[in-house]
Amino acid sequence: MALPNKAVGELKCTETPEIKEHDVDILIVGGGMAACGTAFEIKKWADDDMKILLVDKAAMERSGAVAQGLSAINTYIGDNTVDDYVRMVRNDLLGIVREDLIFNLGRHVDDSVHLFEEWGLPIWKKDDNNKNLNGKQGLKLGQLKDGAKPVRTGKWQIMINGESYKRIVAEAAKKALGEDNIMERIFIVELLNDKNEENRISGAVGFSTRENEVHYFKANAMMVACGGAVNIYQPRSVGEGKGRAWYPVWNAGSTYTMALRAGAELSMMENRFTPARFKDGYGPVGAWFLLFKAHLENSLGENYAAAQSAKDELANYAPYGTGAIPPTCLRNHLMLFEMKAGRGPITMTTPEALQKLGETMDKKELKHLEAEAWEDFLDMTCGQANLWLATDTEPEKKRSEIMPTEPYLLGSHSGCCGIWVSGPDQDWVPDDYKWGDNGKVYSQMTTVKGLFTAADGIAASGHKFSSGSHAEGRIAAKQMVRWVKDHSDFKPEPELNAQEAADMVWKPVKTWFEHKDYSTAADVNPKYCKPAGMTLRLMKATNEYGGGIATYYQTNQAALEHLMDLFAVMKEDCEHLAAGDLHELMRCWEIFHRIYTVEAHTRHIMFRKETRYPGFYYRTDHNYQDDENWFCFVNSAFDKKANEWTMKKVPYHRIIPMQ
Amino acid sequence: MPSFVIAEKCDGCKGGEKTACMYICPNDLMVLDPNEMKAYNQEPDACWECFSCIKICPNQAIGVRGYSDFVPMGSDLVPMMGTEDIMWTCKFRNGNVKRFKFPIRTTSEGSANAYEDLKGENLEDDILATETGKTLLEPIETPVWKQ
Repeated sequence: MALPNKAVGELKCTETPEIKEHDVDILIVGGGMAACGTAFEIKKWADDDMKILLVDKAAMERSGAVAQGLSAINTYIGDNTVDDYVRMVRNDLLGIVREDLIFNLGRHVDDSVHLFEEWGLPIWKKDDNNKNLNGKQGLKLGQLKDGAKPVRTGKWQIMINGESYKRIVAEAAKKALGEDNIMERIFIVELLNDKNEENRISGAVGFSTRENEVHYFKANAMMVACGGAVNIYQPRSVGEGKGRAWYPVWNAGSTYTMALRAGAELSMMENRFTPARFKDGYGPVGAWFLLFKAHLENSLGENYAAAQSAKDELANYAPYGTGAIPPTCLRNHLMLFEMKAGRGPITMTTPEALQKLGETMDKKELKHLEAEAWEDFLDMTCGQANLWLATDTEPEKKRSEIMPTEPYLLGSHSGCCGIWVSGPDQDWVPDDYKWGDNGKVYSQMTTVKGLFTAADGIAASGHKFSSGSHAEGRIAAKQMVRWVKDHSDFKPEPELNAQEAADMVWKPVKTWFEHKDYSTAADVNPKYCKPAGMTLRLMKATNEYGGGIATYYQTNQAALEHLMDLFAVMKEDCEHLAAGDLHELMRCWEIFHRIYTVEAHTRHIMFRKETRYPGFYYRTDHNYQDDENWFCFVNSAFDKKANEWTMKKVPYHRIIPMQ
Repeated sequence: MPSFVIAEKCDGCKGGEKTACMYICPNDLMVLDPNEMKAYNQEPDACWECFSCIKICPNQAIGVRGYSDFVPMGSDLVPMMGTEDIMWTCKFRNGNVKRFKFPIRTTSEGSANAYEDLKGENLEDDILATETGKTLLEPIETPVWKQ
């Protein structure tokens, strides 16, 4: 005990922050792949006097989902057709997707990949003898855009040496936008609507995680693209290991919460992703399945996914389950069936796969193969590599366990929750997928005027991955410039003035100073709650009632209603969050964002009375797909002033024919 | 595997305005104790083990220690960043060591072409600036909703 109580973090909060105001035409909230795409593209369309600002919670060089690197680019169309890309995404997501958005991404994504390669991202190549060359050796074969052949693992994936992927993409983004137009370590926490036009974006407020400063922005157009939501369900590791989330642990649902609180319609928030990955380390499995041709076995040594029983089960979900590649959720579904039947643990046949590949290889090629297997982890999940080292796991000698993770919410990987946005202004896009203002359509604009999004932010169009996210950021860039030019007389008057907004942001700090000396231990004080405890409280509740790992992803109406009651009390208690230092203030706002995002997820699961994604979650009271009633989107909207949610069904339109 | 700072090697980036690890950590975990002039990870259970701090540290003062709730002791994983490649030294618990070298970049740092002078042509169509001159694809068949 060391009274008086002190904040733990090094950067202590002061009772009153300095308020800094910024007037811009366009505000880019986020710094990941999408925002880097926007930063690269936007000045190529903007007038010289247009003021554009990008704000990132972290440092662009290593922010977002690609911070650590990647070992593959999962969306590259190449010789395929964009139409087939749409078909693949549609099948993986059980039919209900926005085909206009997927097609639009598909026709732009390769241009982004070609830029990455030009900037210096090493991309593997196939030589004339069908041998794989890494990104450096393959340079002599030229670039993809000139016809060089990438190393395909699946139909859409290409292999890269991607340790520095984000650094390279961020470098081009920073140069294009200019360092003066980028602010790092600013966490935007709330978007502001316009005082005179409610359904219109007008500004945003956030704070610096380095100085005691609140930053208040007025803007004409804005993009919110801050990733998905992680640590919203209790992870399988609850000690130090809870940081080893599959998706980046700093993704706090900020994209969804800020947009929904500004009134933007969400769509398909019932969708989630519970990837099956190497247990505990959450290393990628794609290369093991696709490149090394390994498979999974149950504890009886059965390749259960190839068994007739599995085929019969998948046939229940035709046409998706009987497609060339069964949807990701159904592959989980089969695995869960084995685990529940007591036939776990499920293991990946790494030794058998490498041995088989080795039969046709010489020593040098084998050594190369081994390096490829390790690089897959070292490029993007170093922790998995260390887990292999610490457990003396050499993949050629010892199998590793595979297990589905806790649930994640995202819109860019094999998930499709997010914000409902306008499609492109094309005649192949149905009218109710297009909207804007004054008779003009603005692609990727949300239902809030002037507010755009991309990547994890856009609903019903998964499988964008890193490259597609970048492309969507670029599309939004052009549209935002167009919006600003078409609305040049707009004078933003945000609903809150700078002081009101600052008071809101700084409330946890006020609470801290008011009550910190009441008890003799800073973290145990009945006058306030700390974000660390609230995070555990949220994850416990969602895990137990919302279809987390505790129940094998099963939930039902009664459990969901109870979870809603728990959220209501959590939100009341969030009024008493306390932060003594800037890092803790960041955690306060992150937990606030997480709660709203999971609440949206819960409301959607409750509304959709079927089990659309078996393997991702099950409604035990509606444990079937019901195409007759539910082959549609579910959209929701939140009214901040009335504190009310509305839910509705929205019709699905098919663009690309089935095959 | 939370990052940790080797006390003897860390010099707090010599009192610069910001330490390298603090600058780079995507989750705002690395901080500087200004009295000791040493950095540390302030929230180990929020560490994604992305290795950003380890790769950027000018003194090789940062390491990793596997997550205490599932990683046994005794391994070590050390990256060495070059301008074109990264070298990994991977030590198993049983003492075996593997080394790997992978390319990270095929151009020199700072050379990415941002097309700063490029201007797009038509703000009203869907072509991106570097796609100028291309024809954008449309669905091959008539949209099903139109049929």
